[in-house]
Amino acid sequence: MATKTIKVEYISRVEGEGALDLEIAGGKVTSAQLRIFEPPRFFEAFLRGRGHEEIPDIVARICGICPVAYQMGAVHAIEDAFGVKVEGQLRALRRLLYCGEWIESHGLHVVMLHAPDFLGYPDAIQMAAQHGDVVRRGLALKKAGNEILRVLGGREIHPVSVKPGGFHRVPTKAELAPLAEELKRARDIAVDLVRWVAKFPFPDLEQDYEFVAMRHKDEYPLNEGRLVSNRGIDLDIADYETTFEERHVARSTALHSLIKGRGAYLVGPMARYALNFDRLPASIQGLAAEAGLGPVERNPFKSIIVRSLEIAYASEEALRIIADYERPEPAVLLEPRAGVGYGCTEAPRGICWHRYEFEEDGTVKTAKIVPPTSQNQPSIEADLMSVATSMIDASDDEIRHRCEQTIRNYDPCISCSAHFLKLTVTRL
Amino acid sequence: MIIGLGNPDRGDDGVGGLVVEALAGRLPEGVETMVRTGDMLGLVEDWAGAQAVICIDAAATVGAPGRVHRIDGHAEALLPEPGLASSHAFGLAEAIALSRALGTAPPVLFVYAIEGSGFDTGAPVSAEVAAVVDEVATRVLAEVARWPATAEAIRA
Repeated sequence: MATKTIKVEYISRVEGEGALDLEIAGGKVTSAQLRIFEPPRFFEAFLRGRGHEEIPDIVARICGICPVAYQMGAVHAIEDAFGVKVEGQLRALRRLLYCGEWIESHGLHVVMLHAPDFLGYPDAIQMAAQHGDVVRRGLALKKAGNEILRVLGGREIHPVSVKPGGFHRVPTKAELAPLAEELKRARDIAVDLVRWVAKFPFPDLEQDYEFVAMRHKDEYPLNEGRLVSNRGIDLDIADYETTFEERHVARSTALHSLIKGRGAYLVGPMARYALNFDRLPASIQGLAAEAGLGPVERNPFKSIIVRSLEIAYASEEALRIIADYERPEPAVLLEPRAGVGYGCTEAPRGICWHRYEFEEDGTVKTAKIVPPTSQNQPSIEADLMSVATSMIDASDDEIRHRCEQTIRNYDPCISCSAHFLKLTVTRL
Repeated sequence: MIIGLGNPDRGDDGVGGLVVEALAGRLPEGVETMVRTGDMLGLVEDWAGAQAVICIDAAATVGAPGRVHRIDGHAEALLPEPGLASSHAFGLAEAIALSRALGTAPPVLFVYAIEGSGFDTGAPVSAEVAAVVDEVATRVLAEVARWPATAEAIRA
C-alpha cells in the first residue's frame, strides 16, 4: 500500500523548537509523534551546589513568559524544607505577581498566537490589518500583566524581587494604586475577548481527559492547594511522585509525564477550570455560561475561551488584592536546615512541580522540576491522533494546519519543557 | 526617539545599548532614549505616537563584523517572512510590520544595523564592533539634527 508522509518541519507560534510526524497506513492514523528537538537545558544540574537564596533567580531563567511560575514553585519548596509558611499580605502579593503572569502569558497566546488559527491568518501581523482593534487590545493585556511584574518584580521579564520568605522589597500602597486603572481596562478587554473568541468556528472534538490541577479550599488555584483529578487523585503535593512518573522517550528532549498505571493526563486552563469551576466568582461563571461553556469543557479547541476567562478572573483577582493591600514587612526570616521541600503552583500552562533536597547550610543537594508542557505531551499526541483520524481523507495541507492548531491549543512552552515544530505525515 | 536593541550579555548583541550610552547628554531636548533587551513585541507600544525613531541593533554578519548598514524601516528589505514563528522569534522586523498593519508605525523609522561577529552567552562585545560605537553615535546625532527638516518634508 502507498506510503504517505505529511511533514510540519517547524511548528510556528509556539515557544521553542519541535516537529510533528504523522504516519497513516491502510487509511488509519497509526502514529502521531511530537518530536521535541530543542536541546535540553540542564537547569536541575545547575542548581546543585547553589545556595537556596540563588534558586529564585536561576529558575526564573527557565522561561521569559512564565518566570513567576518557576520562582513561586521554588520559594514554596524552600519554605517547606525550612519549616516556614508565608501568609497574609506577602502571600497576597505573590498571588498578585502570579495574576500579572497569567494576564500577560494568556493575553499573548489568545490574541497573538492562537486567534489567527481560527480566523485563517498565518500570523497576528496579517490578522492585524483586518482585526487591528483586537490586536491592540491583546497588546494592552500583555502590557497590563507586564506592568504588575514591573511594579512588583522590578522588571517585566525575569523579575528580581522574589526571595525565599517573601520579597527583597514590597511596594507601597501608593505604588500599587496606578495598576488598578490598567487592570480595570484589562478586565473589560478580557470580557470582550471571551465574547469574541466564543464565536470562533470550533472543530468538533471531545476528548476523555483525566484533568489534573491544584485545588484550594476556597480559592481558584494559583499558588497553593492539593493535587486533584476527575478520576480520584487527591494528593498532598509532596506525594506527587507516588502517582506520577516521568519517562524518557527517544523522540523528545523533554521527559514525558504519565499517571502510573493509567497514562496521559491534562494540565492547564481546561483542567483548572473543570476541577475548580465552583471556586470562580459568580461574575466569571456567568461569563462562561454566556460563552456557551458548562462547568466542564472537553473540546481542546475551546481552551482559547477558558484562557480568556482566566484573564478576566486574574484581572478581577488582582484588583481585589490591590484594594485590600496594606504594606507588610518584606520577608519572614528563614533558618536553613537539612531536608527536602516541595512546591507546586499553577503556571499559565498548568501545574509546575518542584522538589529540592538541601544540605544543612541551605545548599541545594538535588533538584527536580516538572514543567507543565512535558506533562501535556502524551495528551497532545492523543489529541493529534483523534484530530488526524477525524480528517483522514482531507488534504495533507488541511491536516497539517489542523494539527498545528491542535498543538497550539496547549500553548506549549517547549523551551520550558526541554526543553517548536515539524510535522511529518507518513501514509503507508 | 532612539532605541538600542539587544541583550548586553550576548556578545555583539549588546551594541545597541552601548550606542545609546554613548549618546547620553548629547541629544537635543525632546529626544527620548531607551534600551530594550528582551521582549521586542513591546516596541509596538514603545514607539506608538513617536514622529521619528532610530533603532540601533546588531545584525548577523554577512562577512564584515563592524560594518554599519542604515536601513529605512519602511523599506521592503525588513519585511518578515509570513507565519510568525513564536514570541521567541518576534524581532524588530516583526515589530515594524505589526505597527505598520496597526497604523501606529512612526512616520520616520530608520535602523542602524551593525554586523556582529559573535553572540555567545556571557561574551563581551568584539573589538570590531566596539570600534564603531562612536561612529554610529555620531551618525545618529547628525541624523537627529536633520529631523526638523524631515518633519517639514513629511508635512509638505
